[in-house]
Amino acid sequence: MADVTLMKTPAETALAQAFEAVKTALPGSAESRAEAFELFAERGLPHRRVEEFKYTDLRTFMREVAPFAPTPSSAEAKAALRDAKALAGVEALSIPFVNGHLVRDEIDFSKLPEGVEIVPLSEALAAGHDWLAKLSPIEWARKNPVYQLNSAFMADGVMVRLWGDVATPVHLRFVTSSATAVATATRVLVIVEQGASVTLFETHESTSGAGHQPNDVVELLAGDNAHVHHVRVNAEGDQALALSTFAVKLGADVAFNTVNVVAGANVSRHQVFAVFEGENTKAQINGATMLKGRQHGDTTLIAEHAAPHCESRELFKTVVDDEATGVFQGKIIVPHHAQKTDGRMMSAALLLGDGASMNNKPELEIFADDVQCAHGATCGQLDEDLLFYLMARGLPKKEAESLLVQAFLGEAIEAVEHEGARDALVGVVETWLKARG
Amino acid sequence: MPAVQETIDQVRSIDVDQYKYGFETEVEMEKAPKGLSEDVIRFISAKKGEPEWMLQWRLDAYKRWLTMTEPKWARVSYDKIDYNDIYYYAAPKKNPAPKSLDEVDPEILKTYEKLGIPLREQEVLAGVEPKNRVAVDAVFDSVSVVTTFKEELAKAGVIFMPISEAIREYPDLVRQYLGTVVPVTDNYFATLNSAVFTDGSFVYIPPGVRCPMELSTYFRINEKNTGQFERTLIIADKGSYVSYLEGCTAPKRDENQLHAAVVELIALDDAEIKYSTVQNWYPGDAEGRGGIYNFVTKRGDCRGKNSVITWTQVETGSAITWKYPSCILRGDNSRGEFYSIAVSNGMQQVDSGTKMIHLGKNTTSRIISKGIAAGKSENTYRGLVSAHRKATGARNFTNCDSLLIGNQCGAHTVPYIESKNASAVFEHEATTSKISDDQMFYCQQRGLSEEEATALIVNGFVKDVLQQLPMEFAVEAQKLISISLEGSVG
Repeated sequence: MADVTLMKTPAETALAQAFEAVKTALPGSAESRAEAFELFAERGLPHRRVEEFKYTDLRTFMREVAPFAPTPSSAEAKAALRDAKALAGVEALSIPFVNGHLVRDEIDFSKLPEGVEIVPLSEALAAGHDWLAKLSPIEWARKNPVYQLNSAFMADGVMVRLWGDVATPVHLRFVTSSATAVATATRVLVIVEQGASVTLFETHESTSGAGHQPNDVVELLAGDNAHVHHVRVNAEGDQALALSTFAVKLGADVAFNTVNVVAGANVSRHQVFAVFEGENTKAQINGATMLKGRQHGDTTLIAEHAAPHCESRELFKTVVDDEATGVFQGKIIVPHHAQKTDGRMMSAALLLGDGASMNNKPELEIFADDVQCAHGATCGQLDEDLLFYLMARGLPKKEAESLLVQAFLGEAIEAVEHEGARDALVGVVETWLKARG
Repeated sequence: MPAVQETIDQVRSIDVDQYKYGFETEVEMEKAPKGLSEDVIRFISAKKGEPEWMLQWRLDAYKRWLTMTEPKWARVSYDKIDYNDIYYYAAPKKNPAPKSLDEVDPEILKTYEKLGIPLREQEVLAGVEPKNRVAVDAVFDSVSVVTTFKEELAKAGVIFMPISEAIREYPDLVRQYLGTVVPVTDNYFATLNSAVFTDGSFVYIPPGVRCPMELSTYFRINEKNTGQFERTLIIADKGSYVSYLEGCTAPKRDENQLHAAVVELIALDDAEIKYSTVQNWYPGDAEGRGGIYNFVTKRGDCRGKNSVITWTQVETGSAITWKYPSCILRGDNSRGEFYSIAVSNGMQQVDSGTKMIHLGKNTTSRIISKGIAAGKSENTYRGLVSAHRKATGARNFTNCDSLLIGNQCGAHTVPYIESKNASAVFEHEATTSKISDDQMFYCQQRGLSEEEATALIVNGFVKDVLQQLPMEFAVEAQKLISISLEGSVG
């Protein structure tokens, strides 16, 4: 039982009360929810003295707790999806969520493409579906307070199974349209069978400007020899406190590629937990973050090479304008037996505004002696020489800056193999730069 | 790729069971009552003949310490320290304050002879290269037994003496600077040190003076169940220069001994301080029994403009090392440097690194760190580079490499890079593959194979670090010089 007296801040108290109110109404095992909440409640909202949240103090950022949104009416959902723009122009099988609830009307369950099976999570939880055993596969995530909150509150979501060569990308669309601030806790489990080849899109956006508090989790299990391409866009509203987790378990000989573009939210914290379970797996994990105003954008990554002979490449680019704050925490872990690991992590930050801040923490934790691991971190302004070069050729300063920023972020984005999605992401960057004026 | 055989042999030659300085000296000691209390602090203060303000300073620190809890964030683990099971003061009974070398207990002199520390000025004077003379302050447990070349240094205006003596002779100078870089309340071990520190060196270099010789302090823990709590304060006044060396050893024992020192450096305008350490405390045996807990707070304050502080350390000893020699770059255009080689073996645990805090304009810093872990040891680099809002034009370059020998050990890197100023440029890298293509091309074009070219460039880089060490330490460092970076990981 969650003990309310243990809670310190009003937000923590509100979370405990919210949990008390919904725990029996939510589908699935009340016990496992209570367990997750208790784990969270033991330590409360993470603050700056908690090492993993050193730069993103949730006690400060989460002063108030938004209520969970009710299921939207069919018309509301339709309107919200019509207004949602993120990767909307790219053809894909859409799995939409509005205000944290799956919009079933938008999915034609009888005409799913070959190699796709979708099970709504609420149904699965209520019925005790077999796949539920595959939920929460990553220990790093289970120990994480943000993830624990999602486990306690997850109300809706889907479980998707993909096999064979799935030509159509699967698009998970998370849209928040409520005029008042709401919280969401969705959970998606994607099971990619052995040898399957799939493309996944994941977009998070708000069609209203309210201070929503999404806390969404996507979990992905990639079987041996699978090819997985994943593109994620954070285009949340500029008041949002967006928490998100992407937990990935990779089998052997997997080719995995993920690019996350952050352009939205007032405060965002995106956590990636990638565990390499099989040999000879290759992963490219990229991120491009654009921050302005007083935005705070945190990307935290743990890449655990639990099997030998794997290769990981992490490339994170952050552009920080005005008085915004960027955070990158990355950790490569190589246990004793994971010999021949080849891991390279790079975080580069560009500070455009005089009041901009960047906090980088690229960690290595290595126990195997025959590995190649490296990390790099840079932080600085635009190169004056490059600016001068462009301006000498007649480009106005702003344009020259934009060009250099595009090139800087482009390095992370060009890893996207799907052409349409890549163009759309370049568009996101261009829009952001245009808004800079 | 795995470490090359040569490297493995080199590291083995300094393995924990090869510890050469583990002998014990039989000297009758006078000790404070065991444990920590106000009375013990009064006892220490009285022994040192300190003024009232110093005692009060210590007591305030003690009161503060009682309210603090031992930090747990470092990546080291050890049994709980019983702070009441330690002697906080131990001094040779026979003449604890000798006026000259002749009065020093011959046993102690023998000890330093065995350790190869020259305490007799004429011996040094007769040396072949007079320019390499070193003034030594020899600290034996809680007291300084000998300080050499005091007169000659005094002629140059340099004050070099045990801190306990300085508190008596130059109270104003000590009072002005003591605790201004590492405040009494800084951290658990620094506060403990403030309460119970026994000896250490005090150095003051007057304006415009280039210290005529290297200064050095040699710390020896000898007595059982004691802790060593030394305090060093070095002030380089405007336009002065000093190079200071520090060495340390201890006998082999099955018990752990605590060494909690505080070192404060202050560089005023245009001054330069070079601080070098060869830390060779007893590391414990292969099973991890015994060894020194080396929990040290070292910090330099580049207080004046254009000042420079350089930390160079070769770390091979201690069961647990937990230290971060840091630079506060307060003065405009000031520079901080940190060069480190940390070798851990047996069951040793090292959590070391540096902090470069850029506060002033156009401040620069450079960090070069090499960690080598063998046996069942854990070697962590932990470092902070930060630029304050006003640190316009701050510049940092960090390079930290680590090497693992065997798969029972661990190497970790935990850098924190925080920039609050857009014009600050920070670069952090941790890899051998970062050797520039141009250099490689140049070497290969002249007929070297890729491996040879890499070795050449890497050796050049390693030499760079070791050249920072003064001559006197070069011999000890020599053992490490040929350790290649091959197979290293970030």
